[in-house]
Amino acid sequence: MSMRDKACVTGIGETRYTRETTRTQVELTFEAALAAIADAGLTPKDIDGVVPYAMGGVIAEDFITNFGLPDLRYSALTPMGGASSVAALQNAALAVAGGLANHVLITLGRGALSTGRITDRIGQMPQFRLVGEFEMPMGTVAPAQFYAPMARRHMELYGTTSEQLGEIAVTFRKHAQLHDNALMQKPMSLADHQASRMIADPLRLYDCCLESAGAAAVVISRADRARDLRQPPVYIAGVAEGHPDSPSTITQRPDITRIGLAKAAPKAFAMAGVTHKDIDVAEIYDCFTYIVLCQLEDMGFCAKGEGGAFVQGGRIALGGELPVNTHGGLLSQAHIAGMNHIVELTRQLRGQAGPRQVANAEVGLVTGYGDLGDGSIAIMHR
Amino acid sequence: MNDTYDKPLPEPSAMTQPYWDGLRAHKLVLQACQHCHTVRHYPRPVCDQCYAMESVWVQASGRGRLHSWTVNHHPFHFAFKRESPFVTVMVDLDEGVRMQAPLRGTDSSALTIGLAVELIYEDVTPELTLPAFRLAAK
Repeated sequence: MSMRDKACVTGIGETRYTRETTRTQVELTFEAALAAIADAGLTPKDIDGVVPYAMGGVIAEDFITNFGLPDLRYSALTPMGGASSVAALQNAALAVAGGLANHVLITLGRGALSTGRITDRIGQMPQFRLVGEFEMPMGTVAPAQFYAPMARRHMELYGTTSEQLGEIAVTFRKHAQLHDNALMQKPMSLADHQASRMIADPLRLYDCCLESAGAAAVVISRADRARDLRQPPVYIAGVAEGHPDSPSTITQRPDITRIGLAKAAPKAFAMAGVTHKDIDVAEIYDCFTYIVLCQLEDMGFCAKGEGGAFVQGGRIALGGELPVNTHGGLLSQAHIAGMNHIVELTRQLRGQAGPRQVANAEVGLVTGYGDLGDGSIAIMHR
Repeated sequence: MNDTYDKPLPEPSAMTQPYWDGLRAHKLVLQACQHCHTVRHYPRPVCDQCYAMESVWVQASGRGRLHSWTVNHHPFHFAFKRESPFVTVMVDLDEGVRMQAPLRGTDSSALTIGLAVELIYEDVTPELTLPAFRLAAK
């Protein structure tokens, strides 16, 4: 049985995104969830499955309590860090295609600095156990430091430059300026990027994503239930997750320039029955600029080592051959751990992206990346 | 434990304790499969080549070559602020596994993939010795 076109995104919802908040992750999550359910033309009682964010502090029981759900038939978690949201699409699509549920709600809420910095949270997580014992004592404590040697090796092997990474940051900033719910509205030039302070060489400040507060949610419905709902359905045509070699420490990974998405992408393209040329828009997880470049290569949009040249010359900008992160991404919209990428792809494929709309967008993809290299991808069409 | 040591401490398990005991004695020991002799790092319960659970500890050379590196400018943890910026290297050890540790005695300007390095030992408390690297003697 193929999963192709068996499930659809039928509802999307977002809060306003902010840098700080006094609101709890639970409040933010429910605001986004109610918005997504209303967008679909459903009521909370129609939700019979939930996949909350595995790190978000909201559990299935909260939905039963707050929505008065009579019979929550399905719940799951996809603990893959920033790859969780797109992996949750796979999980929810399976649940509805398999007849376990009709409408599965996926949520993600973050309280940003208000609920602790990422560096503090990481030390508590079992997937970082090896890093905690063998790397953190010598000063490698934060994601920028975990990933910087991946970027450095890419530069040494292939001649990739900081200016090429900067092109990614500058492009996403321009896109964010077209979105009224994007945090970073100040223009950024390549010179601004090059002048930004070094964080973990070769990653500069403007190579690093934001930390943000807010929430986003989507409703996944079985295709036969989706057609009569309020919004045009957006079909999940291909979906997959992939785990890198040596998933719990980059140090021991045979090829540190190759991540889990390299394993997932061929499966998703095959399931969807489309090729790279068919992709009109891509929302790519962008915790760091280099991670975008690496994913473009690992998905096969260009060969390993060619990512630097690929992102230059406007190719990934609106109006280019492959517009990427039309909402501004984690770098310039907000860090909602990639749920905002799913929301944006849905808007693009519905034709509801306003000034950011990619003309005639029919097929697009969204990726997730997290926990030292886990990857996830969904290819969708209208 | 030294009261003034303010950096993150490793929390060894029974499985990893021999590695830390080795460093304290200024020896690098690595876990190897007792059956197929494959060296593995970081320590784990099962050999992914032959699935044996019995392991031994073998003394390693401490010699290797640069695989990649970073220069930490933003310390992220307050205790590393006083030594920032500092270089951290990933090293392909001669034994076939990698280590990550700070590189002492040089900045990053002359680093290239494959550069030879050797392990040094830093006694940071009476109980804890951490690994570091320096450029190998010519």
